[in-house]
Amino acid sequence: MLKFFLSRLGTFIPTFFGVTLISFAFIRVLPGDPIIVMAGERGMSQERYEALRAQYGFDQPIWKQFWDYFTGILQGDLGNSFVTNRPVWDEFFSLFPATLELSICAIIIATCLGLPAGVIAAVYRGKFLDRFFMSTALIGYSMPIFWWALLLIIVFSGNLGWTPVSGRIGLLYFFEDTTGFMLIDSLLSGQSGAFRSAVSHLILPSIVLATIPLAVIARQTRSAMLEVLSEDYIRTARAKGLSPERVNGVHALRNAMIPVITVIGLSVGTLLAGAILTETIFSWPGIGKWMVDSIFRRDYPVVQGGLLMIAVIVMIVNLLVDLTYGLINPKIRSR
Amino acid sequence: MSLLKIRNLSVTFATSTGPFRAVDKVDVDVDKGQILAIVGESGSGKSVSMLATMGLLPWTATVTADEMSFDGQDLRTLSGKARRRLIGNDLAMIFQEPMSSLNPCFSVGFQIREALRKHTSMDRKQRHARCVELFEMVGIPSPEQRLKAYPHQLSGGMNQRVMIAMAIACKPRLLIADEPTTALDVTIQAQILDLLTGLQKETGMGLILITHDMGVVAETAERVAVQYAGQKVEDQTVTDLFATPHHPYTAALLAALPERATEKHLPTIPGVVPGQHDRPVGCLFSPRCQFADDRCRAIEPPVQPDALGRALCHYPLNAPAEAQAQ
Amino acid sequence: MADTSAQTGRNVLRDGGTRPTRFRTFWNSFSENRGAVIGLWVFLAFLFVAVFAPLIAPYDPSAQFRDYALQPPVWQDGGAWAFPLGTDALGRDMLSRLIHGARFSFFVGIVVVVVAASGGIIIGLIAGFAPKWLDTLIMRLMDIILAFPSLLLALVLVAVLGPSLLNAMIAIALVLQPHYVRLTRASVLSERGKDYVTASRVAGAGQLRQMFITVLPNCLAPIIVQAALSFSTAILDAAALGFLGMGAQPPTPEWGTMLADAREFVLRAWWVVTFPGIAILVTVLAINLMGDGLRDALDPKLKRS
Repeated sequence: MLKFFLSRLGTFIPTFFGVTLISFAFIRVLPGDPIIVMAGERGMSQERYEALRAQYGFDQPIWKQFWDYFTGILQGDLGNSFVTNRPVWDEFFSLFPATLELSICAIIIATCLGLPAGVIAAVYRGKFLDRFFMSTALIGYSMPIFWWALLLIIVFSGNLGWTPVSGRIGLLYFFEDTTGFMLIDSLLSGQSGAFRSAVSHLILPSIVLATIPLAVIARQTRSAMLEVLSEDYIRTARAKGLSPERVNGVHALRNAMIPVITVIGLSVGTLLAGAILTETIFSWPGIGKWMVDSIFRRDYPVVQGGLLMIAVIVMIVNLLVDLTYGLINPKIRSR
Repeated sequence: MSLLKIRNLSVTFATSTGPFRAVDKVDVDVDKGQILAIVGESGSGKSVSMLATMGLLPWTATVTADEMSFDGQDLRTLSGKARRRLIGNDLAMIFQEPMSSLNPCFSVGFQIREALRKHTSMDRKQRHARCVELFEMVGIPSPEQRLKAYPHQLSGGMNQRVMIAMAIACKPRLLIADEPTTALDVTIQAQILDLLTGLQKETGMGLILITHDMGVVAETAERVAVQYAGQKVEDQTVTDLFATPHHPYTAALLAALPERATEKHLPTIPGVVPGQHDRPVGCLFSPRCQFADDRCRAIEPPVQPDALGRALCHYPLNAPAEAQAQ
Repeated sequence: MADTSAQTGRNVLRDGGTRPTRFRTFWNSFSENRGAVIGLWVFLAFLFVAVFAPLIAPYDPSAQFRDYALQPPVWQDGGAWAFPLGTDALGRDMLSRLIHGARFSFFVGIVVVVVAASGGIIIGLIAGFAPKWLDTLIMRLMDIILAFPSLLLALVLVAVLGPSLLNAMIAIALVLQPHYVRLTRASVLSERGKDYVTASRVAGAGQLRQMFITVLPNCLAPIIVQAALSFSTAILDAAALGFLGMGAQPPTPEWGTMLADAREFVLRAWWVVTFPGIAILVTVLAINLMGDGLRDALDPKLKRS
């Protein structure tokens, strides 16, 4: 297990270094002078230009710039936003809880529906339920989620008027951030109706964000279950006279979970990518919307820092998934 | 009264290219305390007929039989629940690949205790004690530690011992061993066979040994059924079968044994077992049989009487003169 | 029996000379899957529409009929046969725009798959045959690209290169390419250990011949499946980029861009939002159905599982 852990860590560090290099290179190496872009159409004097170049370190040689950038990252310094002049690091962490709350809700929805659907489809293979779940999953998998979001808005916000169109909570409510999670904060605030409002704001975005991971989890669970169900040890379990529930639910599911856990973990990347679209459509004040806005404002330090932070989060989650994989797979655990 | 009695068992698989008959009108009889060997090449339907008995075939299989009873209980009409009370308990089976037949996610001890919990009323402590006892019976050293091991931590031979321990955990009256030694090293093979025959003597259970190895048959079994392409072609006691085989296929199998080789080159049976699409009319063995004539190639052979080993053949070998005259 | 037939199937694959049999077995297995066949027909229809768009479409996609702006589809009150699926806010015919949109989506799919697959296959082959250090370097690089959520990476790439459909295609091809590298390398490594490769080496085949003629044809099955699946991913991602304003630019009748234009009419004119989405969904769904069928037919391990 220790060897497994160290080998995973050994690939983590060079990848982290590479990710910083790429996020750095995007802005510095590719065409376009960020200072000119920052000045926009107004232009600026030569002195001002030089001063800004010096301020952002663009007059240094490229390797020195990267070194400063890299050491800065290790100390939690991602530079300041061109637009707000606040540290990118602080902005990221003030917005991250919103994205995290949305992602957690989405992954819960996706797992709680996708896993049973996949198991049922595999057990009743070829029957109506299998075909129904799998066609639904394939439609979900093929769904352009930005359009799906618009459809849900038309139906639930427009026609039925059940849910609000945007934001995290109604304008009537105001309270301090304690945890950053609106569901918990609204409960803590004790204001009547605040929690209800938070839930109704959260529900559509999380459904939209859950759609693709849900389909992926259902499909993967089914194929993992089918593969396991044809294994010799399933025949052994049946030869012991165990009930189908025990054979499917204990012997098969335990083995099928190993690849499925990986899929759930890997869908974090999909979630963060999906958050870009979902948050933009629902005006959800998280890092996805922040990234898109910053790209349009050409706020390069934010784009660079956000890109790096998101990649690092995906990498950390993947590392955790690998470790969980080691924990649930006895072949690796005992090594 | 026989423990397991099967008459006219046929198993057909629905495949993408049409139905495939894997077992064709097979009879099986095993008495208490008897060792029956079922011999045949791969694809001769030996495992399938036993899996059908256990009710372990996939849903693509259709099983038909005139009679299929275990200890007087009709296996054909048994409900799923009643069957599950029987198998793993009175009727147990071990498989060919010990490494893949044990669940990699659970310790071997868990997998044995699970069978005990299902079929006996033992408490936790008793179950553990029984596991230790079983491991000692099958010759696994330091059982307390090994019970905690996972299948991938044990060797193939050890895993097969675990499988045997699991199968005999609830003291079955009939144990079906499906090529229990094929996947193992030669030295381990003999140990496992000794273990199985020893346990059989000790407990007095019936034992069906499925194998393709005539050497194994000679050492262990009392009666032998020879299967070819899903049909039973001969059924005799071991000594009679080795002395006077009646079916040309049996004779050819015996001639192919290295111990019996008389020439420099080991005789072989040309060709392969017919598959789904090249089943001959008449006798299924006729394309490979050196004695076959036009009758064999056109008409399905009859079952010969007991004296001729119930051989499925038009012209049984080694037939006494008066038997042939009939 | 299943064993022997699978074996002969594989032998046929290795021979290479018996193409018709190989195609026939593939087709038999593919046409067994009803969903896949439906997907294929829809895909062919989509291809037909894309090729003959100017002939089929009733109007020019950018012709504006200002008097008929936001006219609903024909079956709703106020609709007319002149514009069967209604018009958008500028009075452009929805049907004509959708038909022309098929061209862009198909074009995006083809270009992205060709670029990503050819690049990925070559890099993957190199990684599979290269010495360990180069292999590690390449795979680490792919890990780095895969650490970024693909849509985000494409978005930032487009932001840097400048928003246009061409840049969107380059960006999407770049982020999809590591999947081909991984897939190709994995199958190369598993094929390289097999006897027929050793045999060809012993027979004196050069490195390049081994890479492209001996090994590559035997790795193609999973790559073809991946190609089908990334075709649909490319269409989805291009539409998403268009929707965010980073893909095809407004007058272009690209489906994602049309949706972005329609956003403000979400609650007023459902048809401008609904139809482009249905077009994307149906196309992507058809390709995915086809991809699933391809996978079942080509991958012997997953066959009938």
